[in-house]
Amino acid sequence: MSDQRGMVQRRGLGHWFTHLGLIIGVLFIFFPIWLAFVASTVTQPEIVRPPMPLLPGGHFIENYSKALFAGVNAPVATMMLNSLIMALGITIGKIVISLTSAFAIVYFRFPGRTVFFWLIFLTLMLPVEVRIVPTYEVIANFGMLNSYSGLIFPLIASATATFLFRQFFLTVPDELTEAARVDGASPMQFFFHILLPMSRTNIAALFVILFIYGWNQYLWPLLITTDPSMNTIVMGIKQMFPSGDDLADWPVIMATSILAMVPPVIVVISMQKLFIRGLVDSEK
Amino acid sequence: MATLTLDNVRKSFGATDVIHGVNIEVTDGEFIVIVGPSGCGKSTLLRMVAGLEGITSGEIRIDGHRVNEAEPMERNIAMVFQNYALYPHMSVFDNMAYGLKIAKTPKDEIAARVASAAKLLQLEPYLQRKPRELSGGQRQRVAMGRAIVRKPAVFLFDEPLSNLDAKLRVQMRLEIKQLQRELGVTSLYVTHDQVEAMTLADRMIVMNAGVADQIGKPLEVYENPQTEFVAGFIGSPATNFMPAGSVGVSVGKTVGIRPEHIQLTDTPTRLKARVAYCEALGAETLVHLRLPHGQLITVRQGGHLPLPSEGTDLWLGWHDAAMMVFGADGRRI
Ligand SMILES: Nc1ncnc2c1ncn2[C@@H]1O[C@H](COP(=O)(O)OP(=O)(O)OP(=O)(O)O)[C@@H](O)[C@H]1O
Ligand SMILES: [Mg+2]
Repeated sequence: MSDQRGMVQRRGLGHWFTHLGLIIGVLFIFFPIWLAFVASTVTQPEIVRPPMPLLPGGHFIENYSKALFAGVNAPVATMMLNSLIMALGITIGKIVISLTSAFAIVYFRFPGRTVFFWLIFLTLMLPVEVRIVPTYEVIANFGMLNSYSGLIFPLIASATATFLFRQFFLTVPDELTEAARVDGASPMQFFFHILLPMSRTNIAALFVILFIYGWNQYLWPLLITTDPSMNTIVMGIKQMFPSGDDLADWPVIMATSILAMVPPVIVVISMQKLFIRGLVDSEK
Repeated sequence: MATLTLDNVRKSFGATDVIHGVNIEVTDGEFIVIVGPSGCGKSTLLRMVAGLEGITSGEIRIDGHRVNEAEPMERNIAMVFQNYALYPHMSVFDNMAYGLKIAKTPKDEIAARVASAAKLLQLEPYLQRKPRELSGGQRQRVAMGRAIVRKPAVFLFDEPLSNLDAKLRVQMRLEIKQLQRELGVTSLYVTHDQVEAMTLADRMIVMNAGVADQIGKPLEVYENPQTEFVAGFIGSPATNFMPAGSVGVSVGKTVGIRPEHIQLTDTPTRLKARVAYCEALGAETLVHLRLPHGQLITVRQGGHLPLPSEGTDLWLGWHDAAMMVFGADGRRI
């Protein structure tokens, strides 16, 4: 009896400490974002003059509309659209390609199956940066500089996602495949009617991760988009920094930074339920 | 609706032979149970009939047509798997309807067939549920329903009851039997449980290491086992085997006597043995006795007979007709 009460009490106290720790952590991480937000709602002189303001000012609409529709080099709206197209292209492409290649590797016996698997697996060890020069060469020869295809195609294959789907498919019981065969399903029908719906949560989790990965691409867009109208927002922020003696338009840059965070946040929140389920359990 | 013929069917996985030539002739509407110990090739044989496993040599015919090369669906069979293999993301209705949808059956006919199967299997309240929201017995029924709605020529069951608890197993056993009678579909049923085999089968096949040792009506097999293996495998507790010489039989190598065919007496009969321990099960008592050279013999007697106390010496007696004599090759003499 007394033991039990002690445990409950300790649990209560532990709860408080956990929450306190988490709240401090959140504040800690949130503070710079808050500062950026404050900076995006005041005027340039207010930012430059110490002390730095800690409460939002009254220029929210002005700064944000300036950023969205005028920007520094290109309107942020354009850059966001570019980013969105690139991120979605990469994400959807990666998911489609890795789903189908994992399907092939797990369910079909063809010559060189293991060789292909290991080739894919090997590319896991080569990050973009390592192969960036030859990739640039290829894309330039195809005339894909300053184009969406140039932004998307080099990043569209994913060994990681292929590997993840392969692992998931391997856990799908053989009996299920056989039941589908007895039911008369063709391999592609099995893929679309059974495998795909069963991978739903995995796909959602990957979608979130890959979308953020695509959205945050920096080096590659920086290399191949010289035309400001093709800039993506993440690299665009850097381009807004003045060169030489020009003055940085900090409120607009900060507004752009805040805007750059919005789509990934929306994706995470809207897919949160599926995403967490995909990470925590697989529905079988 | 269909006959099923296995003609000298063999299977090897690479160099290992698993099925060594099986011949069966299943008549229309017959319920055949394949029984045998683990690893003897029961599932492999069934999967060959289903078309999930290739046939190394020999021929399988459904309704007289060779199906060796046919896809599972073209063979017009339905299979109930041990783990049910229900599609986890589909409702009970969709699970049952999936095969029909693939076959492009009209919607209203699908609905009608699923409804009648659901009624037959008492699944009506659960049609919209997902498999994970069902109990084991209900899942089992859905798996059966999926087989029924296809109106197949042959039902194939691979240990469909082994994941259920004992009580449910008895109940489902009866239901399967009833269902099969009602539908009259030729069925092949794999199990390692001899009670299932005895109760369900019109005829049963006792498999031993890839060979069909005996095919026959359950009672026939029980009363007249053709090999030493069958005599030992069918019947619980198992048949007692003794060297032929030790019980005064001059032909053959081994003599088998079923536990219920031995009588215990105080007066000298055939063999003397000492009571090792007794298991009183109520209706019957199993008495385990040790022969002088150490072998254990099991005797089954009525529960109303007095319980022999451990350590006493008793005599074992039996009629000549109770002796099953087997040769050195394990075959009945
Ligand atoms: N794909 C395979 N490759 C090689 N050997 C196999 C394969 N499948 C089965 N076997 C072998 O074939 C033999 C028969 O297997 P099978 O699954 O038919 O046994 P079973 O009688 O169904 O046993 P259980 O009662 O345990 O299910 C086993 O010895 C097994 O190891
Ligand atoms: Mg088996």
